[in-house]
Amino acid sequence: MLAKPDQANQPKLLVDGLAKSYGPAVALKPTHLAVEPGEFLTLLGPSGSGKTTLLQMVSGLVAPTQGRLFIDGRDETQTPVHKRDIGLVFQHYALFPHLTVAENIGFPLKMRGLSSADIQKQVAGALEMVQLGHLAGRFPRELSGGQQQRVALARCFVYKPAIILMDEPLGALDKKLREHMQFEIKDLHRKTGATIIYVTHDQEEALALSDRICLMNHARVEQIGPPHEIYARPRTAFAADFIGISNIFRGRVECGADGATHLATASGRLRIDGDNLANDAEMALVVRPEHIELGSAGENEVRGNVAEIVYAGSETRLLVEVAADERVTVRVLPGKPLPKLGENITLSWKPEAAVLVTP
Amino acid sequence: MTTTAVSHAVSPAPRRFRFGPLWLAAPGLAFLAVFFLVPVARLMGLSLEDADTGALTMAHYARIFDTDVYFRVLLITFRIAALTTLFSLLFGYPLAYWLARLPEHRRGTMILLVMVPFWTSYLVKSFAWVIVLGRTGVINQIGMGTGLLSEPLELLHNEFGVMVGMVHAMTPLAVLTMLPVMTGIDRRLTQASGTLGATPAKGFWLVYFPLSLPGAAAAGLLTFISSLGFFIVPALLGGRQQTMLAQLIIVQVQEILNWAFAGALAALMLTTALVTCWLYDRVFGLSSLSGEPSDGKSGRKGVLRGLGLAVLDALAGVSSAVSTGANRVLGQAVSTRMLAFYCALMFAFLMLPTLVVLPIGFTSSQFLEFPPPGYGLDWFRTYFTSDLWVAATIRSFGVAFATAIVATAIGGFAALALARSNSRWRGLIFALFLAPMIVPRIVIAVGLFYLFAQMGLVATDVGLVIGHTVLALPFAFVAIAAVLKSYDWRLDQAAATLGANRVQALRFVTVPLIKSGLTAAFLFAFITSFDELTVAIFVSGGVKTTLPKQMWDDMILQLNPTLAAVSVVVFIVVTTLLLAAERLRRSSQA
Repeated sequence: MLAKPDQANQPKLLVDGLAKSYGPAVALKPTHLAVEPGEFLTLLGPSGSGKTTLLQMVSGLVAPTQGRLFIDGRDETQTPVHKRDIGLVFQHYALFPHLTVAENIGFPLKMRGLSSADIQKQVAGALEMVQLGHLAGRFPRELSGGQQQRVALARCFVYKPAIILMDEPLGALDKKLREHMQFEIKDLHRKTGATIIYVTHDQEEALALSDRICLMNHARVEQIGPPHEIYARPRTAFAADFIGISNIFRGRVECGADGATHLATASGRLRIDGDNLANDAEMALVVRPEHIELGSAGENEVRGNVAEIVYAGSETRLLVEVAADERVTVRVLPGKPLPKLGENITLSWKPEAAVLVTP
Repeated sequence: MTTTAVSHAVSPAPRRFRFGPLWLAAPGLAFLAVFFLVPVARLMGLSLEDADTGALTMAHYARIFDTDVYFRVLLITFRIAALTTLFSLLFGYPLAYWLARLPEHRRGTMILLVMVPFWTSYLVKSFAWVIVLGRTGVINQIGMGTGLLSEPLELLHNEFGVMVGMVHAMTPLAVLTMLPVMTGIDRRLTQASGTLGATPAKGFWLVYFPLSLPGAAAAGLLTFISSLGFFIVPALLGGRQQTMLAQLIIVQVQEILNWAFAGALAALMLTTALVTCWLYDRVFGLSSLSGEPSDGKSGRKGVLRGLGLAVLDALAGVSSAVSTGANRVLGQAVSTRMLAFYCALMFAFLMLPTLVVLPIGFTSSQFLEFPPPGYGLDWFRTYFTSDLWVAATIRSFGVAFATAIVATAIGGFAALALARSNSRWRGLIFALFLAPMIVPRIVIAVGLFYLFAQMGLVATDVGLVIGHTVLALPFAFVAIAAVLKSYDWRLDQAAATLGANRVQALRFVTVPLIKSGLTAAFLFAFITSFDELTVAIFVSGGVKTTLPKQMWDDMILQLNPTLAAVSVVVFIVVTTLLLAAERLRRSSQA
């Protein structure tokens, strides 16, 4: 049977101009966002960027000031939280301390009126999924942080909500455990095919997990796209700076008479490509450290003194002072010769490796 | 295996005796041993002795159960205490729930509407109810005036009057006891239950309520124990049929001088209190009394837990259906405001009666009329020109001041000792310092009276200060312990590395930082002593009375507007000190 075309293309979640303000304070400007079924979307941004507000409005815990919200094409803007078919994994898990692990996981099923036999079966399955079958009778406080996190995940996956929201779920774990749990979450996502919206301020986590990243800043969406696109083609200086290490040269556009365009920066005139650039417009050029070479090899060159040499295991980073208070980070792979501290060196990059962004 | 383990074990270095931190609690322990444990134990002992021969006998106990009058008093006491507990919890729970969910700064303000009635003298509160409920009282006059009543209602000197007074007196205690547990419940847990599909009613019964239960039970425990030893309210608002155990004890000691029988009555009261405590500890653990989130025993497995969860399930189902229906009939907006409306009514119930007394203090009439026919300062003039009243007032201030200093010093050192010690005696010592709050005051007072009679301390200011210090110690101790809980002891280590010895570290680092807690302790101890009546009834004899004792004597004899004028002064003094203490306590936590 053929599904109707409008249903087939329907996004799982459609955020249509959702906005929130508390009095004069704007927590989220009108925002549009569509999440596809089975997608893993990350809301990434610094604190106060509006990502948690957006998540809470999707969950129904916070009512929007304006805008509408559709799940599977149904308008759910006014639906109270307990009737919305969403799951929320809280930052500190929010496991019920007076209920056992099995009772915690069974809670959403009980609310949905399942028979106790069904509950038992599905809870056992969920426990199996997160490998905690042997801890069913324990209370949350008797578990380690990682185990509590798994119970929280199981409690959310067990009732197969339309959308699963995760609010910095790994924030309370140490680095090693966090990386391990990232794999488990990714694995759960693959196994269940759930639609997941994940909030984090950790860019590495966002890059590792997401199908798409929705980068937020100042209560609005800054850029949205797959991780590699956001990394390689940032649209703003903020996006370039927030994700990965970036060298950002700010300056003014100078359109030459010969058609060549330059950016006049504190580090010198840099050749840029671009159509329709207004003369004297303020722009910024982003160059990732791995794209900068030592020595002269192209049109774009800057010179400076080596101010710091940082050994980072798989690579060595040079901090080169190219202008007063302006340092460029350069990646040098192991085995390559290193300059000395204080040495005056030339840095260059291929024009296509640089990205022109709004400052 | 075993042998290697033993041979590798490091033998403990010969330990030099160290002056450990627990020694700081020694003065307090000695004080409580002499003026609390010994007198109470002695009183218990008296109840088992034959007054003439000193031989062991159960005759006094037999007399209680054999004499119809006494046995009835026992039953009435339990009945009133149980009913008071029940109603205080029922009325107090929604109020505490509402307060706990307020944003912190607003809760700080609203909680004063519970704190003020809590600390307002029981004498003033009871006096207020006499004025409100009397035959010519506020309610009857309004009823008659508007024609709603054809003849005045009998609201006083019966069980209704006692229950109103008792519930009014105990609800603040219940609210303040359960509030810390409720504010400790993570808001995200109820949110989580919502995202998992629970209606608000189900979320409440299945998640919030069970987590708040230790607090509610602690409130029940304290209200029950306090009600057991009550005599002010039943004496002023009740009739002969509502005589309670504490009144009987007072009569036995003051009029009949039958120490042994009074001891037996006190022992019954104390035993009931301790058994209630023991039961509570078995089910919830005593630690929930200090507002710590329940862990350990409340999560126990077994039949009781299964039964409890099943009951909650049923409650959740019913109330979810009811609230869905109510929402449909009343509309969402109305049902969410119902709780706020209820709380406004409760605040009115708690505050208004006392506020009725204030204008009466300024009446120009010879009678306790409300509203006063005219205003003047006559009764304040009577108050301030009466040698008896002025002397009582001065004595109350003096005794309260001395009590506050002693209690703060003893309690402060004890709190310091317990905060720094890891000794296994810690829990026991902690319990001992709180014990004067658990043991009914009347038991302590009678025990002290007996001791003071032998030491020649009856009708002396020293005796009063000692007695009041015993009662004020828990309040001072708790106030200081609370501040020390959040104190960063690394600062003392820092001071030590910078060359300060222990005394210098205490004087220049610790004390300045916990100053607000110390002042709050001082003020709470001051208030406790300032409106203390139980000890004063026995210990302040003859002309050497305190303000509450003088009020009590007047109230028993004849109600008059001077009492209203005195009440105004007491209310203002206590409320001012309370607000100051609260302000300090809060600034220390910020």
